[in-house]
Amino acid sequence: MTATTASMSSMLEGRRNRARRRQMVMTILLAMIAALFLLTLMLGQSFTPPAELARVLIGEDVPGVSFSVWQLRLPRAVLGMLTGLCFGFGGAAFQVMLRNPLASPDIIGINLGASAAAVFAIVVLQWNGPLVSVLAVLAGIAVALAIYGLSFRNGVAGSRIILVGIGVAAMLESFIAYTLTQAPSWNLQEAIRWLSGSLNSAQLSQAVPVLVALVVFGGLLLSRSRDLDTLTLGDDTAAGLGTDVAQTRIIVMVAAVGLISVATAIVGPVSFAAFLSGSIAARLLAGNGSVLVPAALVGAALVLLSDYVGQFLLPSRYPVGVVTGALGAPYLIFLIVRLNRTGGSL
Amino acid sequence: MKLALRQGQFPRDRAGRSNRSRRAWLAAALALLAALCLLSVAVGTRQVGWVDIVSALRGQVATIEQAAVAVRIPRTLLAVLAGSALGLAGAVMQGVTRNPLADPGILGVNLGASLAVVVGVAWFGVTSADAYIWTAIVGAALSAVFVYVIGSLGRGGATPLKLALAGVATSVAFASFVTAVILPRTDIAGGIQSWRVGGVGGATFDATLEAAPFLAAGLLLSLSSARRLNSLALGDEMAAGLGERVALARATAALGAVLLCGATTAVCGPIGFVGLVVPHLCRQLVGVDHRWLLPFSTIGGACLLVAADVVGRIAARPSELEVGVVTAFIGAPFFIWMVRHQRSRQL
Repeated sequence: MTATTASMSSMLEGRRNRARRRQMVMTILLAMIAALFLLTLMLGQSFTPPAELARVLIGEDVPGVSFSVWQLRLPRAVLGMLTGLCFGFGGAAFQVMLRNPLASPDIIGINLGASAAAVFAIVVLQWNGPLVSVLAVLAGIAVALAIYGLSFRNGVAGSRIILVGIGVAAMLESFIAYTLTQAPSWNLQEAIRWLSGSLNSAQLSQAVPVLVALVVFGGLLLSRSRDLDTLTLGDDTAAGLGTDVAQTRIIVMVAAVGLISVATAIVGPVSFAAFLSGSIAARLLAGNGSVLVPAALVGAALVLLSDYVGQFLLPSRYPVGVVTGALGAPYLIFLIVRLNRTGGSL
Repeated sequence: MKLALRQGQFPRDRAGRSNRSRRAWLAAALALLAALCLLSVAVGTRQVGWVDIVSALRGQVATIEQAAVAVRIPRTLLAVLAGSALGLAGAVMQGVTRNPLADPGILGVNLGASLAVVVGVAWFGVTSADAYIWTAIVGAALSAVFVYVIGSLGRGGATPLKLALAGVATSVAFASFVTAVILPRTDIAGGIQSWRVGGVGGATFDATLEAAPFLAAGLLLSLSSARRLNSLALGDEMAAGLGERVALARATAALGAVLLCGATTAVCGPIGFVGLVVPHLCRQLVGVDHRWLLPFSTIGGACLLVAADVVGRIAARPSELEVGVVTAFIGAPFFIWMVRHQRSRQL
């Protein structure tokens, strides 16, 4: 009797500890995002003190500052945050669904699918605005389904999805590079945006489709987050626990690809943003609850931070994707090495 | 086994391929290459009659048609050289690593060469074509070793999946670094395009000749290591038991492959998948004996690249597709097909 109460209380204790850790992680992440957001607003070619920034934000016209805050820094901060949320959210959903940290949309080429569609729409069809996002989402979903279908052979092995995705990504990348060479005015900034991601041409009006995507697809993902978590136990166990595995997969895939594609249609396929956010969030939480929302927060912090680093901390100004690419690759290599050492099947 | 191989006493392999049938295939491949070269000179964005082609081949450049053909000749030559180098390098790398997915593009070698050249041009003032090629080869060698070491750490050695992932990670990192080096330098930024997609469009005899000694050295090293690769295919212990110095055999063969793809990348930019597709097709035709496989991959690579170049010129008239785009669209589906047909244990 006493033994059971003791184990009960230790279990409750453990549960409390886990909840506390989760809360702490979320609080720190939110604080980081807020700090980075303000930093992006304050720093540019010149420094804007907080008091002046507050005056600009409530609508006062401060000569010289108003323009740079409203036209340059605010779009950057808002879009960096929103697309970061999308990348983190979608990336984590993929990693959880396929039970593999390497099966993130930016490694298996889904980002590049959306990017290819956006480039095609903008350069060849000369579209702009929300239509581009719609096409990017459709193309992202088509690429995701194609990868899934191509790797389906008596079930889907995680390693096969990754390899098929690498092949698809190679094709898409050369398509993007080719389409860009056909552009009437070939422009290095544009090329980098569509190959590795950049916030340089962010406009505040572009935030609308991203917000809509976050609400619709993000809500869809959250409503399925319990089913998604049971999927990590394996398909059979999940089915035994009452999850409709096939349906969950489809819904999660569509929602995650939707998030990633809309973000990509606007800032380009920010290299490894999705991969890094999901993996970092999983490490921070260390198994304490669903990784989706923390991953989204990590994504926002990561994109804002990388953009800040790329703009101000390096000898020259670099777009965000170059920074995340340079950060993500060593981490991917570290992950490969670590999985090897623990003897994990890769 | 090795003795027997040396004396050539196994005229047939297990699939019953006789040397005679292999010779027939070799002749067919050479004939195909000749036909493709002719096609490559004759076909292009501008349609040219036979009279002009013949006179251009004799060295006349009086009309626009003849001038167009005169441009196609060095281009065809470069496609033949680059294709054979990449095909052979792929076959050697697959032999050295005993890994079916080893390809200069997948191993990140091409981007390693790109990065080295870009760094050389931007920071060390590399300008001569000769120095270009040296830097590219050094970059190719370093990244090949790097990717292979990462891919083979831990249990199970270098599985195809680990190698491919290590290659992808390295490629993305290198691509980021290339951008980072080039972006502040508007004077060389225009070149970034040619470092993303490889092509043979701008070929000249001079640039091709600069690379020729490196290609020749790589060709000799690679082709001469066929026998050693055969021993290596039996496994390291078996090869050592047969009296092979395993590390030395690996190093010489790999050096040959790196010379080949480094020099090619220096001249043409990154061209992927030729080294993956060609050796696999050739293995279907002539079997796994490297003494046949290597020459076949050389010719096959040339055939593939010349054909891809011709397709690129026809497919997007009036403009043209870079050959690197065409090989990606031929090679990537092939890669996916291979992945699907591997047993999942091997992945």
